[in-house]
Amino acid sequence: MQQLLTILLNGVTSGMIYAAFALALVLIWRSTRIVNFAQAPMAMLTTYIALVVIDAGYSYWIGFAAALVSGLILGALVERLVIRFVDSSSHINAVILTLGLFIVIHALAAIIFGNQFRSFPAPFGLTGRTIGDMNIALTGYDIFKVVAVLIVFGLLVLLFRFTDLGLKMRASAFEQEVAKLLGVRVSRMLTLGWALAAVVGSLAGLLIAGGSLVHPGYMDSIVVFGFVAAVLGGLDSPGGAVVGGLLMGIGLSFVSGYLGQDLVALAALIILIVVLLLRPSGLFAGTAARRV
Amino acid sequence: MKSSISLAARVTALTAAVALVAACGAGGRDETEETSEGSTVGITDTSVKIGGHFPLTGVASPGYSEIPTGAQAYYDFVNAAGGINGRQIEYVVRDDAYDPTTTTQVVNELVLQDEVFAVVGGLGTATHSAVVDFLNEEGVPDLFVSSGAIMWGNDPEQYPNTFGWQPDYQVEGKIIGDWVLENRPDAKVGLFLQDDDLGRDSEEAVRQYLDDQIVEVVRYTSGNTDVAPQIAALQAAGADLVLGFNVPSYTALSQLTSMRLNYDPEWFYSSIGSDVNLVGSLLGRFSEGAITGAQSLEGMISLEYIPGVDSTDNPWTQLWQQVWDEHGSGEPLTNYRVYGMSQAYAFVQALQAAGENPTREGIVAAIQDGGMDFEGPQLAPYRYSEESHLGISGASVFQIQNGVPEYLTPVLQTDIGDSPVEEYTGEPATPPENGIPE
Amino acid sequence: MSTSVTKSPSTGITTKWAQLTATPVRRHFVAAVIGLIVIFAVLESVSTFRQSQLTSVAYLAIAAGGLTLLTGINGQLSLGHGAFMAVGAYTAALILRAQDGSWVVPVVLLAATAVSTLVGFVVGVAAARLHGPYLAGATLALAVAVPGLALYFSEYLGGEQGLTIPSPAVPTFLDDAMFFITGNDLSSTKFISYISWTLLVVVFFLLANVSSSRIGRRWRAVRDDEVAAELAGIDLGRARILAFVVSAACAGAAGAVLAMASRIAAPSGFTLVLSLTLLSAVVIGGLGTLAGALIGAALLTYIPPVVTNLGLDLGLSSLQSAELAPLVTGVFTVLVILFAPLGLVGSYRKWRFTRKFARKGEK
Repeated sequence: MQQLLTILLNGVTSGMIYAAFALALVLIWRSTRIVNFAQAPMAMLTTYIALVVIDAGYSYWIGFAAALVSGLILGALVERLVIRFVDSSSHINAVILTLGLFIVIHALAAIIFGNQFRSFPAPFGLTGRTIGDMNIALTGYDIFKVVAVLIVFGLLVLLFRFTDLGLKMRASAFEQEVAKLLGVRVSRMLTLGWALAAVVGSLAGLLIAGGSLVHPGYMDSIVVFGFVAAVLGGLDSPGGAVVGGLLMGIGLSFVSGYLGQDLVALAALIILIVVLLLRPSGLFAGTAARRV
Repeated sequence: MKSSISLAARVTALTAAVALVAACGAGGRDETEETSEGSTVGITDTSVKIGGHFPLTGVASPGYSEIPTGAQAYYDFVNAAGGINGRQIEYVVRDDAYDPTTTTQVVNELVLQDEVFAVVGGLGTATHSAVVDFLNEEGVPDLFVSSGAIMWGNDPEQYPNTFGWQPDYQVEGKIIGDWVLENRPDAKVGLFLQDDDLGRDSEEAVRQYLDDQIVEVVRYTSGNTDVAPQIAALQAAGADLVLGFNVPSYTALSQLTSMRLNYDPEWFYSSIGSDVNLVGSLLGRFSEGAITGAQSLEGMISLEYIPGVDSTDNPWTQLWQQVWDEHGSGEPLTNYRVYGMSQAYAFVQALQAAGENPTREGIVAAIQDGGMDFEGPQLAPYRYSEESHLGISGASVFQIQNGVPEYLTPVLQTDIGDSPVEEYTGEPATPPENGIPE
Repeated sequence: MSTSVTKSPSTGITTKWAQLTATPVRRHFVAAVIGLIVIFAVLESVSTFRQSQLTSVAYLAIAAGGLTLLTGINGQLSLGHGAFMAVGAYTAALILRAQDGSWVVPVVLLAATAVSTLVGFVVGVAAARLHGPYLAGATLALAVAVPGLALYFSEYLGGEQGLTIPSPAVPTFLDDAMFFITGNDLSSTKFISYISWTLLVVVFFLLANVSSSRIGRRWRAVRDDEVAAELAGIDLGRARILAFVVSAACAGAAGAVLAMASRIAAPSGFTLVLSLTLLSAVVIGGLGTLAGALIGAALLTYIPPVVTNLGLDLGLSSLQSAELAPLVTGVFTVLVILFAPLGLVGSYRKWRFTRKFARKGEK
């Protein structure tokens, strides 16, 4: 029973991290129809920036803000200076571009910051609590993670559903030409989409880093599972990202706990295949006319 | 048809071009330089060229990538004092990203292209086992492998050119097992293992003493940072003493996860995982600075086989600090760097023992015949002989008390197999005045 | 398209040549023979180190060849071909550890290809229904899942340590034959080099034929317009699965060669980086072109050591020099995709094509 509870709680917290990363991916997909594989190293870079700020003596929250702001700038810069110029006639080009960026940013961070482990502080407690005989593996920091992701999710939903800006962003992604005709500044929407996504990604990076060890490769494992989570839920759906993230987190935690860590990646693959075979565009995708 | 001719011509041109690119720089036939006594590849009158493969990039690089920086600093120190027998030591370090395929490629480069005299300190069991056959076939001295697997030294007939250096995992496991049996006979023991030879060999050795006391064994794969299921399993089994055979990052992770799960057993980490400064600095932040460094590891027990950076009174540590201050990169001295320097010290001793005109065969023979008497920072002597190419034979058990390492035992010595764990009664060696072995 | 009928002596050779290169298959055959001759000449004259480097180029190119067909001609993006290489490598490892003997090499290659074909079929069936990013995600998960399997079945597959592989012995008859022809010994490294490049020529010959055949045309049709292809009567699923199977077979064979060359099959040799390297090679060379696959593989084998040594010469630390290699590769990939999305070979061909028509227009 104890183990079950621990595994479940563990799954929920790691699931929220996957959800945050998946949200970033969904955001970029919704606004520019590109999958950003470079999201992880971008987040890693902003986390290092936060680390530099914190090392210089400032509080965690200033570092936190610094990471989010630098994420905003980084996302905008990447879109303006690199992504904009890709030949989007084939979707493969954009994927390879982001993969190339993945490698570049990774190597740059290693050259600038070095490869050794650095610790990253956490703003809230890191000890679990006990209720009677049971250990509740939920620390203050874990609760913060869950709350933060839910807030971001809520804000994103508000943005896309209920604001003009959100509508413009969705229009720019869905049908550029028509949006332009309707007076939407499409290129600005694209940049904004990337910038916002990068902020969400930075948040994910910070949440993972807190209370843990940071090094240039620390987010690499998230890439696969976060991406699978995004795809699971349907790349168009922020809600799907959260559900997908939780599904991955809890599912993989169970596999890790009861079957062994080595099977975690295989389990992710199987979950993904099963879901996609049943619903090829993800769990919460709207129907898109494809099949002939 | 014109286009078909040009097609064939194009293909030929293409293949030839690719091949020419490959061939440029081709040195024709390989040359071996042999004197009547042996091979002197990599040795000139004024220099000795050695090489090593390390994970400088990738997941395994944090920590391990610092080892060659320490070794390099010590070689620079020796070179500044004139080198050995008038020869400067050139150390070529190549990155294999802990990928055995890459290790094969870079070792090929070191041996066939850079033409090194010897490979010193090649790191990693999986990675080095990809090249150990090649090195022995080519007759390249394969000195002081940075890994605790016993395959580097338990069968000198199979690998005559290969030597281990650090205490192998079995020796450490036995010392730990023996200590626990004597000092914690009623403890419920859990094992926290890295899922490779480190974990396997250690478990085998520990079970020689503690088979009845072990209540749970958990494994992790390096790269996967979620160890909550493993710690939860240990907790569920009621283990009150956990033996950790893991790398330092997982020491930190296991401590952090235990905090989350409200799990507070006694911890005994093997030497590889107990870099107190590294782990301490990693953990110190998490209590928001309230506890720092070694205090966060209060009560932790571990093994030490060479003096580390926290033993500031130890003359060896002072020597390493001096070497690092003079030739280091400005970053702090860490135990990984000390490892590199201690290993480099051993190489310099071997080079001296090989005489005025060292050959590959000569240096191998020198270590085999005289290595047991090499005096250096190691607490227990090497086991180099005709029957064994294994390195340091023992270690000392210490515990962090009030933030400082306190030794619980004298130096304990043993060997692989059935030999018992015994006290080593020799005197610790002091470093030579100028820091260079005589 | 028909060859000249008049057989005057002065055009005899031209006619013969025209006959020899009349069909694509024959052209590929001629190219293959010429390639083999060039390879023989090169391998006999370079040092052992270069031979081992050439082996790396060869097996990377074999896997890249299959991938370029899958992604370039059939339009399916796979981020997980490293997994198929792993399957081939482990198969080779298991056989070589159990067996020795003169004919072990062909057996190993066939077995590795067979097993990875099977795995490729299973994956291909699942993948056929996925598109674009969804396929990318599934193959990404595959790339990470397969090494995990090797860890789980550590008793049979060696776990984290992997399986060490004895070098296949050079068959004596081959050694004698080579000595007779060239006066040189056939070292183990050279032997494996010959195996890899001969395999490359054979595989590329087959792939080139498939590409210019009806199957290749079907694949292109599926890539360019699914709806039209289906209306034309092409079975989408079958075409896709076939492409996947072919590319997986190539990757499996390449994995077997990799295993023989590195003498070890371990999970850390088949990380995501390998799959991304393959993809970069294919993109830089030119999606859909076999020449591009070869060039991409060569670049990605030669650039890292050259760049690292450059870094060391410039005074960078070993770590920084080591990180310089992926940095340069990544930047190169980004630049190629932005400014020459058809890759080096693809852009070159396009340039020549436009020039040809520009000239014709001028006339």
